[in-house]
Amino acid sequence: MSAGQLKAAITPARLLDETGRLVRGAPAPDAEALAEGYRKLVFARRLNEQCGALVRQGRLAVYPSSRGQEACQVACASVLAEGDWLFPTYRDTAAIAARGVDPVEVLTLLRGDWHCGYDPNEHKVAPQATPLATQLLHAVGVAHAARLKGEDTVVMALCGDGATSEGDFHEACNFAAVFRAPVVFFVQNNKYAISVPLARQSVAPSLAVKAIGYGMPGFRVDGNDLPALEKVLGEAVARARAGEGPTLVEADTYRIESHTNADDATRYRADDEVTEWLPRDPLLRVRTYLTAVGALDDDREKKIAAAAEEMAAAVRAGVGAETVADPEDLFAHVYSTPTPQLAEQRATLRAELELEEA
Amino acid sequence: MSAPKMTMAQAINTALRDAIAEDDSVVVFGEDVAQLGGVFRVTDGLHQEFGESRVFDTPLAESGIVGMAVGMAMNGMRPVVEMQFDAFAYPAFEQIVSHVAKLGNRTRGKVRLPIVIRIPYAGGIGGVEHHCDSSEAYYAHTPGLTVVAPATNADAYGLLRAAIAGSDPVVFLEPKKHYFAKEEVDVSVPVPPIGRAVVRRPGRDATLIAYGPSVPVALAAAEQAATEGRDLGVVDLRSIVPFDDETVCAEVRRTGRAVVVAEAPGFASVASEIAARVGERCFHHLEAPVRRVTGFDVPYPPPKLEHHFLPGVDRILDAVDTLQWEDEVA
Repeated sequence: MSAGQLKAAITPARLLDETGRLVRGAPAPDAEALAEGYRKLVFARRLNEQCGALVRQGRLAVYPSSRGQEACQVACASVLAEGDWLFPTYRDTAAIAARGVDPVEVLTLLRGDWHCGYDPNEHKVAPQATPLATQLLHAVGVAHAARLKGEDTVVMALCGDGATSEGDFHEACNFAAVFRAPVVFFVQNNKYAISVPLARQSVAPSLAVKAIGYGMPGFRVDGNDLPALEKVLGEAVARARAGEGPTLVEADTYRIESHTNADDATRYRADDEVTEWLPRDPLLRVRTYLTAVGALDDDREKKIAAAAEEMAAAVRAGVGAETVADPEDLFAHVYSTPTPQLAEQRATLRAELELEEA
Repeated sequence: MSAPKMTMAQAINTALRDAIAEDDSVVVFGEDVAQLGGVFRVTDGLHQEFGESRVFDTPLAESGIVGMAVGMAMNGMRPVVEMQFDAFAYPAFEQIVSHVAKLGNRTRGKVRLPIVIRIPYAGGIGGVEHHCDSSEAYYAHTPGLTVVAPATNADAYGLLRAAIAGSDPVVFLEPKKHYFAKEEVDVSVPVPPIGRAVVRRPGRDATLIAYGPSVPVALAAAEQAATEGRDLGVVDLRSIVPFDDETVCAEVRRTGRAVVVAEAPGFASVASEIAARVGERCFHHLEAPVRRVTGFDVPYPPPKLEHHFLPGVDRILDAVDTLQWEDEVA
């Protein structure tokens, strides 16, 4: 391991600084591509806001917001090719939407209609994982199977800083490295696992530095810097596709909102801390940069905002629409063919329902 | 001409070999399964025959093994993984109950996981601590899992082939003490599908219900009882999930008396579930309460004490004696 590799795993890579200026010596990002990235950031922010509102209206049971992490959400989806896989967590609704899944389908889980509302195979997006870090192993499995089949699929596996304390994080990193599986582990270090701060998860110099122990490259990147994230994640994807194995990428970011609407962050962190992070907003710096280089004017900004409003209206309509959950669905998918016992229990429930209707 | 004799380890090995040869998507992996051929030699020769892409060793991490199997199954493979011992499988428990068992249901059947988790299972081999557990209740209690426990070498072959070929995840419990016992196995003769119990021995007076390693014990008890004038039948469940109420209850209704035999501690056990099911369904046919002969409610004992723990012929026949026989009343 070189000193450069260690530095890359500890010092966050950055292309756009907090004032929206290109850092010294950084190559200028493609303005048109970045403008498209900006559109996705606005959509992700609007989706976070819309879902928060839907919770307050009682239309969603709960919503873990990725507000402040939108650059991570957009970047991890945008660097993937069509046949690649994304393994998201419960906080990655915006990333799944950025991947192209209808947000209304994604919100099936949080609306309480069913556990997973989209077809994972159609979108190459795994169901959102709630048990921490467990999905990272599934990502390794998809990747290893792809390699055995001679396919050039890459798998993007998401988790947070808290999940790096789980045993499955360790096992997944180790398995991926040993099998040279084409996986990119992307840790959104938003500094909190519900109430527990990063310092109680790890005293390592960074989370990315853990990669070195597994024998894979690790990179730390400014998690609120879209072009930097796309560069680092894009290079990790390219390495994986070229057969060079997994990479661990840590995004240095911040959870602006509480864990979910059911949480009260004032019990464990000072408002000042949140206020400090607000100027580092991932949308702000891209907007400033694009405006400065002439790739974003009022007219384009208005068009993006209008399109985001349209998306939000569709989410409101979709989530607000009356749906009828079929009680017999409880039994339909437990096994490919229901066991005799499930068939019997289904008949019992059906009889109960018929009695209620009569 | 009689069929060749093989041990249960050989029968399972043959099933794996035939499945790998027949279907390109079947992969076998776990700890020590490749070069060594498994600590019980169940995967002997498979790595050498089929190569690293089909049969491979993994890092020593059970959650990793099962978690990786989930992903491989999501991507079109049929993983058959080995947990080295029953009591070593617990690190994989979260992957098994939260993902293996649930993914089909979570996705409304869009993602099915054809995974077989092979577990060398139960006692009777003089294993030291953490090498002999009867863990079937944990798995049987988890909706979404199929739980299979073969008692014969022919069933071990046939049920494993069915488990690998099916679309749902299967916990395949292999009674360790049978690994090295030889029986005739004709692999060309199909066995009944998963979910069907079989009557191993018809009997008029009482029915012994058993699975896995307890089946031969129940048969030995029935043999002994016959010399004492009692005609005991034996039902071999073959699978705990799905449970074959029909076959079990038909036998119990005929005899009116039942004893469930299982090695696992009896409290909140599969044996308890069977006793309850039989009681609910056969009450009017029963001459006596359903009895359970199980392991004691203690951690699996050290080798020198395990013969006290395991249900044996005498304990089974003592239970049979309590089934309110009229000749005793008189």
